Amino acid sequence: MEAAKLARYARRRRANWLGLALSTVAMALGLAVLLWILAVLLKNGLAAIDLAMFTRDTPAPGSEGGGLRNAIVGSLLMLGLTVAVASPIGVLAGIYLAEYGATSKTAELTRFVTDIMLSAPSIVLGLFVYAIAVATVGHFSGFAGSLALALIAIPVVVRTTDNMLRLVPGSLREAAFALGAPRWKVSLMVTLRAARAGVITGVLLAIARISGETAPLLFTALNNQFFSTDMSSPMANLPVVIFQFAMSPYDNWIRLAWGGALLITLAVLAINIVARVWFRERAPS
Amino acid sequence: MPDLTEGERLSGSAMLGIARRQRLQDRLFHRLTQFFSLLVLVALLAIIASLAIKAWPAFQKFGVEFIWRVEWDIVNEEFGAAIAIFGTVATAGIALALAVPLAFGIAVFLTETCPVRLRRPLGTAIELLAAVPSIIYGMFGLFVFAPLFADYVQTPARDLLGGMPIVGWLFGGATNGIGIVAAGIILAFMVLPFIAAVMRDVFEIVPPILRESAYGLGCTTWEVVRRVVLPYTNQGVIGGIMLGLGRALGETMAVTFVIGNANRLPNSVFSPGTSIASTLANEFAEAADFHLSTLFALGLLLFAITFLVLAAAKVLTLRTERAKGA
Repeated sequence: MEAAKLARYARRRRANWLGLALSTVAMALGLAVLLWILAVLLKNGLAAIDLAMFTRDTPAPGSEGGGLRNAIVGSLLMLGLTVAVASPIGVLAGIYLAEYGATSKTAELTRFVTDIMLSAPSIVLGLFVYAIAVATVGHFSGFAGSLALALIAIPVVVRTTDNMLRLVPGSLREAAFALGAPRWKVSLMVTLRAARAGVITGVLLAIARISGETAPLLFTALNNQFFSTDMSSPMANLPVVIFQFAMSPYDNWIRLAWGGALLITLAVLAINIVARVWFRERAPS
Repeated sequence: MPDLTEGERLSGSAMLGIARRQRLQDRLFHRLTQFFSLLVLVALLAIIASLAIKAWPAFQKFGVEFIWRVEWDIVNEEFGAAIAIFGTVATAGIALALAVPLAFGIAVFLTETCPVRLRRPLGTAIELLAAVPSIIYGMFGLFVFAPLFADYVQTPARDLLGGMPIVGWLFGGATNGIGIVAAGIILAFMVLPFIAAVMRDVFEIVPPILRESAYGLGCTTWEVVRRVVLPYTNQGVIGGIMLGLGRALGETMAVTFVIGNANRLPNSVFSPGTSIASTLANEFAEAADFHLSTLFALGLLLFAITFLVLAAAKVLTLRTERAKGA
């Protein structure tokens, strides 16, 4: 009897050891693969980054040298416009969900749809924008690119704003109402202000999310070999340039693609880290 | 706005005026925010409607049959979605088969085994990796992974198994490392941090008291995971996996670089293929008229598939959250 119990105990210990050992191996394997990818990116990217990358425009096929100036500027312009459009829309929609949405069926449906749009295939959003903003006008444009990016950014902002506002204690709202403040003032000047850190985090995360998006820009902003700040015409942007250059047979193009890829990844990681630190320091705990 | 002391001095009718103005402002504010939140719903309907309109000629010509027609002949305008759907489902399937066990292990490690001091930095590292743009995974796949895959997996497999009767044909074809299997593996790398982060979050909602009671009864850590944590969170875990599936199905860049973009059904394990997203990325810029319409039809199919998967994922995670609240 004792021996059987001991054997059973030993078996359970072995199963425990095996399970936890396998989970540790999974962690090590996962981290190793991901660090490997980052190491490759760092090695190839650092070799490509130099001053010319920021001061010269994308080279023509077969020509030597060149940089990514037009693509960097194009990306920044489109990101700027997207953020300027998407953050107010997203924040206002988020306010509705948090302040008026507790009892409304439409708000619940909106929340559900927002969550699905968060992970919707971005290439399909590109198709949609092509249909409404490129096919109708007859040419690709930076505006269309921004619109496609805004469709990805808005759900991110809506969701975080909604979540952050709902974390604001009800007593704060009630105190403001008791002083006779109208609802819009309570929303904008009390709850939104209390949740400011979280809302800004949401906007930052949205920027990080759209900076590397390639698929929706393929059919909207397309690309432009030359420097341009005219958003109503096709516009160079980092992701599409990386895609085209990486698939090309020219060595200097592939080199530039790695440089651009490192640039985007560093920017995305930096924004993510800043958003986290910012939120941790300012969030009401 | 007058402040309180001023308000005290105001006559009744003036106060009424302020109240009326504030009511009006409130109603305006309500409608304004409501308008923007409805915009999200309108956007969804507009996406479905515009894709359906553009895809109409393709469905009109081929009917529902379009979905399972095995043909993609641009010159003769004979199109079917079967090849692309197969590539999409196969790559996503391979990706999940590889990523889910690993992600589960990572989530268990982060919630149970990991020293407390390392928990936060390692968890943050996984979350940051989930934010790396997918084009990076694609480039890694094309320039680094594919050559290695060709040299160390494809060539040995062909040499070893290619000559065998019955199964030999499975391992034929060019060994350049590009194909559906390679794309599936790259996709696995991409969704791994994402699924792991979701699973870890789900595991963390298990009330400590449940865990502690199980430990109090003498359970080992592994038994706590299998008999307490998993049963408690199973819907959330499946929801997380479906979320990963949704991402994998719709992913463009990580797949396009390595799948090979061949519009035919694969005839061996290492054949190149194509997915819906990669077909769109490759052909859209040069497409016109009817070809364009078939690409919209593909896009509509992809949207429908991912929408169903993501909706299921959402329902499952919502149920877990409710269970946590109860």
